[in-house]
Amino acid sequence: MRYREALNQALREELEADDNVFIMGEDIGVFQGAFKVTEGLLEDFGEKRVRDTPISENTIVGAGVGAAMGGLRPIVEIMTINFSLLALDQIINAAASVRYMFGGQVGVPMVIRMPQGGGHQLGPTHSHCLEALYLHIPGLLVAVPSTAADAKGLLKTAIRDPNPVIFIEHEALYGRKGEVPENGDAEPMRFGEAAIRREGEDVTIVGISRQALVAADAAETLADEHEIEAEVIDPRTLRPLDLDTIIESVKKTNRAVIVEEGWPHGGVGANLAALIQEQAFDHLDAPVGRVTGADTPMPYSKPLEQAAMPHSEHVVKAVLSTFRDL
Amino acid sequence: MKYSPTRMAEAKAEDQQQGQTEPHDGPFPHAEDDRSPEERLPVDPGEHHDLPDREHCEEILRKMLLIRRFEERAGEMYTKAAIGGFLHLAIGEEAAIVGATLAMRDTDFLISTYREHGQALARGTDPRRVMAELFGRQDGVSKGHGGSMHLFDIEKRFMGGYGIVGGNLPLAVGLGLASDYQETDDVTVCMLGDGAINQGNFGESLNLAALWSLPIVFLVINNQFGMGTAIERASAITDLSKRGDGFGVPGARCNGMDVLDTKDELENALRKAREDRTPQLVEAVTYRFRGHSMADPEEYRSKEEVEEWRRRDPITTFGERVKDEDVLSQDDIDGFDEEAQSTVEEAVEFATQSPFPDLDALYDDLYAYSGDEPGWYVVDERAPETHKGEDLREHSSDAMRELAEAGAAYAKVGDAEERRKRPDPDEGEEPSSGPRDEEGGGD
Ligand SMILES: Cc1ncc(C[n+]2csc(CCOP(=O)(O)OP(=O)(O)O)c2C)c(N)n1
Ligand SMILES: [Mg+2]
Repeated sequence: MRYREALNQALREELEADDNVFIMGEDIGVFQGAFKVTEGLLEDFGEKRVRDTPISENTIVGAGVGAAMGGLRPIVEIMTINFSLLALDQIINAAASVRYMFGGQVGVPMVIRMPQGGGHQLGPTHSHCLEALYLHIPGLLVAVPSTAADAKGLLKTAIRDPNPVIFIEHEALYGRKGEVPENGDAEPMRFGEAAIRREGEDVTIVGISRQALVAADAAETLADEHEIEAEVIDPRTLRPLDLDTIIESVKKTNRAVIVEEGWPHGGVGANLAALIQEQAFDHLDAPVGRVTGADTPMPYSKPLEQAAMPHSEHVVKAVLSTFRDL
Repeated sequence: MKYSPTRMAEAKAEDQQQGQTEPHDGPFPHAEDDRSPEERLPVDPGEHHDLPDREHCEEILRKMLLIRRFEERAGEMYTKAAIGGFLHLAIGEEAAIVGATLAMRDTDFLISTYREHGQALARGTDPRRVMAELFGRQDGVSKGHGGSMHLFDIEKRFMGGYGIVGGNLPLAVGLGLASDYQETDDVTVCMLGDGAINQGNFGESLNLAALWSLPIVFLVINNQFGMGTAIERASAITDLSKRGDGFGVPGARCNGMDVLDTKDELENALRKAREDRTPQLVEAVTYRFRGHSMADPEEYRSKEEVEEWRRRDPITTFGERVKDEDVLSQDDIDGFDEEAQSTVEEAVEFATQSPFPDLDALYDDLYAYSGDEPGWYVVDERAPETHKGEDLREHSSDAMRELAEAGAAYAKVGDAEERRKRPDPDEGEEPSSGPRDEEGGGD
């Protein structure tokens, strides 16, 4: 099943399971979603539960927060993560804060879904990876699924969770196939549980969002060409973060490299590097390495865009540099 | 089965028979619109305007034809994978673009949306450099950093295309403020779509423009759809010329399929903005003949509707008129068309010859700095080596260079094979060949 179909299935199952779940967003109904994640939902669930909205991101998200406070379980689709920046006010000042600032009297059980990522020449207003931005905000949960199974499992959990969840998909993953367990209902996937994609003794590579796949790719090259066995970890959710699994691994390998597509300053890797050195300084044989996207807006021109994104070669190089004699 | 408005209306009628009441029907009172395409948002033919002299008729036709031919060719080059990303064509909207820009002075500012190739061409930007930008080349107007959605030409006072819907509105207010502050009599024309009008900053921008008496004309290019969402599914009030009323911005509607009506309405609006310092709103009703972007399967509207609007083709109708009134002959028109086509051909040729930006250009134009300011402006973690030190600032170590090249190799530049492969989403794991179907849907 493809990643986008897995998401569609999760939406369907949760719409069926709970009448208070509804979904709204731009072009999700008649148009069936800019990336076709909501395909067929309008037809099957009707206009009450699958609502096309005007192009008004801040208000759509805010209306979602209000609806959640009023007892519903809204899922808001934002077409692309860059457009969620128009809704930051409602996301940070409302969704993330309401429970806290009203002393727990009311919650915001909502999901804000959006895809991120470059590689399709969409240029500086449509291509960024902003998981670090959302990771920064207390009060939000942040999911970054990289496989079809995780997409489905985590989305179902997100919809049932009583907290506001920023659910970050990746544009380059929608068409990717993966095994998805039948009956996702049996065991909802938990937030805060990392997946170890590959076991290894020599270095820990943590890959975020689509970069979890790039990291796995690099691990194969490292094994084939450099006799380095990498352990590849996909945290799957950034808040809550399964730091224990990462630290356990680093204690075993004594080296860590973090791979993300977003920007370096204040990135997920910057944060994780700080946590790793705080928790496992004595176990490190080399500085924690980071591989990130270029520190620029995403350029349109194809060679520039690809040069701005991290690839397997970058990860291999970064890992090798942690083995350099100091 | 696909959604259709009629089916929706039937389903709704069934629901009502079963005793379901209004509030349960969903939020779209307009969804069951069963008016014919002609009845649906009819274009008010506008006032009748006499044809201008021969020279002006020529100019109008030349510009509209250039845009049409440019867009058609750009569409072709997109299918050949010479152009990437999203490509939004303005075929059908030429009269609105040309009518509006002809009403402007050279010193007026124009700011637009991502559907803006025509705007740049109409303002006189070199078509070769526009095409080169679409190709992502070094000689593109934005040096390949921006692409189709982000054209810019400071010399022509074309202040940009913007990929964020509604994002240009506050900037227009600022441009108007700059003109007013500097006591010039320049006006800013801000183009936006019928979809953009529902962004919050529409109201905020109009209010501020009116409050500060700024010389701005907001021109809504109402092509009746925001992507696949018909205007009556997005806007409670579909006469968009009224949307400025509560903000102190007077509105008018013109026939955006009629270049003379658009020009006339814009001239009025520009005069009022310039002389009376009152911002104006003009709605040009038009239609886009092609999909929202190149990948749009257009399942949200009927072929008949598109056909109906194609009968009002702004170029054909204007061409017929100038012939009927003996201002120009068919031969003249054919001549302009050939000129337009050869200009576009040259543009394609130029764009093809222009090199891709040097990989070192990745960091160009990020900051304005002379090179001797203290502090690190950027860090580059694409190639972490331990203890790299300050030479990062140079971005030029051999390792960096190698990796930039390794990355760029993923571009498989101009590989039409890859574009053809795209419909198979199973290939999605390869970063450079995933489905790229926002705003277009169907992969
Ligand atoms: C803030 C934001 N939200 C959503 C989008 C995706 N999007 C691109 S164009 C578009 C429709 C805009 O319609 P309209 O304003 O009528 O302009 P048109 O495309 O018809 O010229 C949408 C929803 C975007 N680019 N920016
Ligand atoms: Mg529109």
